[in-house]
Amino acid sequence: MEISGAEIVSRCLAEENVEFVFGYPGGAVLEIYDSIFKQEKFKHVLVRHEQAAVHAADAYSRSSNKVGVALVTSGPGATNALTGIATAYMDSIPLVVISGQVPSNAIGLDAFQEVDMIGCSRPIVKHNFLVKDVRDLATTFKKAFHIAATGRPGPVVIDIPKDVTMAKTEFSYPESVTIRSYNPPVKGHPGQIKKAAQLLAEAKRPYIYVGGGAVQGGASAQVTELVRLLGVPCTNTLMGLGALDGNDPHFVGMLGMHGTYEANLAMQYCDVLIAIGARFDDRVISSPSQFLSSPKKIVHIDIDPSSIAKRVKVDVPIVGDVKYVLNDLIAVLKEQNMRPNADALANWWKQIDEWRKPNSLLYTPSTEVIKPQSVIEALWQVTNGEAIVTSDVGQHQMWAAQYYKFRRPKQWINSGGLGTMGFGLPAAMGAQLANPNAQVACVTGEGSIQMNIQELSTCKQYHTPVKVLSLNNRYLGMVRQWQEFFYGTRYSESYMDALPDFVKIAEAYGHVGFKVENPADVEPVLKEAFGPSLKERLVFIDFRTDQRENVFPMIQNGRGLNQMDLPEHMRGMQQTPFENNRDYGNLC
Amino acid sequence: MRHILSVLIENEAGALSRVTGLFSARGYNIDSLTVQTTEDPTLSRMTIVTHGSDDVIEQITKQLNKLIEVVKVIDLNEADHIERELMLIKVRAAGKDREEIKRTADIFRGRIIDVTDKTYTIELTGTGSKLDAFINAIDAAAILETVRTGASGIARGERILKI
Repeated sequence: MEISGAEIVSRCLAEENVEFVFGYPGGAVLEIYDSIFKQEKFKHVLVRHEQAAVHAADAYSRSSNKVGVALVTSGPGATNALTGIATAYMDSIPLVVISGQVPSNAIGLDAFQEVDMIGCSRPIVKHNFLVKDVRDLATTFKKAFHIAATGRPGPVVIDIPKDVTMAKTEFSYPESVTIRSYNPPVKGHPGQIKKAAQLLAEAKRPYIYVGGGAVQGGASAQVTELVRLLGVPCTNTLMGLGALDGNDPHFVGMLGMHGTYEANLAMQYCDVLIAIGARFDDRVISSPSQFLSSPKKIVHIDIDPSSIAKRVKVDVPIVGDVKYVLNDLIAVLKEQNMRPNADALANWWKQIDEWRKPNSLLYTPSTEVIKPQSVIEALWQVTNGEAIVTSDVGQHQMWAAQYYKFRRPKQWINSGGLGTMGFGLPAAMGAQLANPNAQVACVTGEGSIQMNIQELSTCKQYHTPVKVLSLNNRYLGMVRQWQEFFYGTRYSESYMDALPDFVKIAEAYGHVGFKVENPADVEPVLKEAFGPSLKERLVFIDFRTDQRENVFPMIQNGRGLNQMDLPEHMRGMQQTPFENNRDYGNLC
Repeated sequence: MRHILSVLIENEAGALSRVTGLFSARGYNIDSLTVQTTEDPTLSRMTIVTHGSDDVIEQITKQLNKLIEVVKVIDLNEADHIERELMLIKVRAAGKDREEIKRTADIFRGRIIDVTDKTYTIELTGTGSKLDAFINAIDAAAILETVRTGASGIARGERILKI
């Protein structure tokens, strides 16, 4: 029996076991919406802005192991989705975004709500398709889901002209698909893996650096096994948090621009570095030349060959799926009983413990004003470190990353690559839908939350009881911090005047709102918000926090990992291996 | 350094724009680009002449390979190869210059493919530098129009680029 293109779209999504489609209707996708109305296999979530649809689908994917799906109309629907698509692209998140298009015979004629979505999205997708013939629709969907989820994951756009959704054909969904030009690598080269094992066995100061690839690649168990087998220190990037339990004694904290003293110095002064699904980006190593000024051998494991040798030349590149490569590496290390020299490793740990001692995340507590860091610490306590935490972008994002000790992968959801303000709330919504029984917290600020605050309405409609923790310092905090450090405290346009009453806003949308100004109230209010009486409710908490708090440590642009700006209690502290540790003296 | 990359790519709408978009988005140079379908109509073959440090060329090759529609990429510079470019050049050929231009074209093994009382249109094939040399050999004032295809390249000997 022949069915319409629109019905094929719904059938394809059902075949892919899609649970939720996040979207917004419009002229070009009315046929598709009609087909959605007539089916019960998946649910549609009506967002209030297309950007949020893509963020929600993105976080749905980040917090599960599934491909996220968004559906938008042509023209403005499509362009509104672009920020979300770019966000997913930068963090390698598998999405299928379906956009409506004007009818084929109107393409190129500047039709109403026409935009060249293929052209607009090309630089920010893993791949995109314009479906010109209804008979290609099913295969295109199969290919799109396959491309999105395999290899280095990423968003795929399917642009469908309206006439294609109306045309009819027989439907059969392909069971599998092969694309001759697309064969992502799986196993790493055995010779390279042996070389990596050899380097580890010879290392005096081994270090493991784990990025988002380990989270997306489902390699957390392998990372943990490798770290514990060798007993070596390990750091996670912003995107890698949770790949190794943040409470594991081998974990030295996040590294990078706002990484810990010990994580950054270990990165600088290690002699053998194993990079796993990480890409040496500018917010992690800052300047490549400074980073390489201390000699080290680098093993780089990544599924994307173009990530290797992009910013830093490495000694042992291993292209492959991190999970498979680590399994093979662990097997080689075990079979041949290869371990780093125990004395050298003990000495390295002694050094790291010395770096740990001053605690670079220590801040000055206050009974007068709420310290933003203390809110995150209280959140950890109240949720027992088990919540899924989403964030927006800025100071609050860094504090959440630093102070919430993530226990497992896919627990921390943030826009690391693109740094998209407005990500947090729709992301929390998507994560809650993927994990209906989990506690979901959105850590945000009064700046970011206002970029997608309309989604409070969607949260009401779909009963997603997320808890929104807004660290409200009345400033665009990270902008203000940079202006304090680099622009002579000229706070140009970083102060938010005329802020709304967030409690009333929450209540107007049908939610619960609290305003917290007293440090003593932080924990009790969080307990109430996460407690049984408000379990089913979205709670918005407006924390009035210290306006002048800065994120430390901090590495200024172009500086080395050993040139951090340190918190007050560590100012002037040397950022080299300690002199009494003779082994490292020559590295200074 | 100048490199000449050969790319086999699916013959699909938009494939060319993915390649050119990649070059502009990542700040790589395209000195020339030629493309046409191969004996297999589902595939196109591109020859891209670019320049950059070894690191940049490595990234270009990797980024090209990352495009879903790209089947294979080789850097012809890695081994002996042949490259050819076609030029069509229209020159003023009147009076005493007419014979001189004919002679120069013969020396460069060019063929005159269109003639008017006042002009010759010459077809010339060779490496880019040969075409440059021809242009330099005739009076600049006589050149009315040139059109060049950019280089196409193929490896010497047994080395082939095929699926």
